[in-house]
Amino acid sequence: MKFGVIVFPGSNCDHDAYHVISKHVGQPVDFIWHRDTDLSGYDAVIIPGGFSYGDYLRAGALARFSPVMTSLKKFAQSGRFVLGICNGFQILCEAGLLPGALIRNRNLHFICEHVFVRVETTDTPFTNELERGSVLKLPIAHAEGNYICDDETFAELKQEDRIILRYCEATGRITDGANPNGSRDNVAGICNQQRNVLGLMPHPERACEDLLGSSDGRGIFRSLAATLAAVA
Amino acid sequence: MKAKVFVNLKPGVLDPQGKAIQHSVELLGYNGVSDIRQGKYFEIGLDSALGKAAALESVSRMAREVLSNPIIEDFSVEIES
Repeated sequence: MKFGVIVFPGSNCDHDAYHVISKHVGQPVDFIWHRDTDLSGYDAVIIPGGFSYGDYLRAGALARFSPVMTSLKKFAQSGRFVLGICNGFQILCEAGLLPGALIRNRNLHFICEHVFVRVETTDTPFTNELERGSVLKLPIAHAEGNYICDDETFAELKQEDRIILRYCEATGRITDGANPNGSRDNVAGICNQQRNVLGLMPHPERACEDLLGSSDGRGIFRSLAATLAAVA
Repeated sequence: MKAKVFVNLKPGVLDPQGKAIQHSVELLGYNGVSDIRQGKYFEIGLDSALGKAAALESVSRMAREVLSNPIIEDFSVEIES
C-alpha cells in the first residue's frame, strides 16, 4: 500500500503526516507537490494541515484550483482513500468533495489545544479499528473550524451515518461547553457518501506519540492501514 | 471598465467578526446600531473591448466559482464603464 501527502504552498503538517505513515504505519509514502497530477501509484492520499495559499480569500479556497485537485477528484471517485486534516478538511469542503463549509470559530480565536472527540461510527475505512462511542484526545489548531451546513445536508449526514467524530467532554458526553468552535451539533469530522473521503479538524497525525501528549490518533491510521491491507 | 463584486455572508450564517465590530462601535457610543455584518469587496479591472453584458456574465461566473462560497455567501456584481 502506498500513501501520498499533498504539499501546497503553506502546508505545514505535511512532515507530521509523512512521519506517521513511515514510522507508525510503516508503509511507503511520498510527498506530492500540488502541481503534480499523477496519483496513479497511490492507494491513499492525505491532505495535510497548514495554511495553503496563506488562507487568502477563504481557508482552502485557492488550494482547490491547484492542478493536483482535478486528479484528486478522480482519485476519490475511483474509490481510493482521501484523508483531509484541518486545512485539508477545509480544502475538501471548498472543492465540493465534502458538503458544508468551515467558517470562523464562534469566539474568533485561533484555538490550539487538545480536545476530546467521540467516535460516532466505525463504519468507515478510517475508524473501523476503533470502538463506537470511544473518546479520543486529539489536538486542534485552527481559526476556521466551525462546521456549518444547511438542514437538508445535515439530515442526510445523520441519516447516512456520515458524522464520524464529534467534540465531547472527556467522559464522552456531547455538550456545548465541549464544542471549541461552534460547529453544528459538535461535528468534528464527516465523510462523503461513498465513505472513502474523510475530513476532520483535529490532528490525529500530531497525536501518535505519548511524548506529544496523546497517541489516540494512531487508531485512525491503523484503521486506514487495515482497510488497505484488506482491499490489497 | 471595472467590475465591483460584493460578497456577503448569507443571512443566518454566524459572523463573529461583525459581532465584535458591532460591540466596539457600541462601546464608542454609537446608538441605534442593530447589526453589523462584515463582507468582502473586490475591484476587478476589465478590458473595455469585452462589452458590458459579457463582462457581467464573466464576472458573475468568477464570483460564483472563486470569489464566494455559495454554501455560506451571496454576491452581487456591478459593472462600471
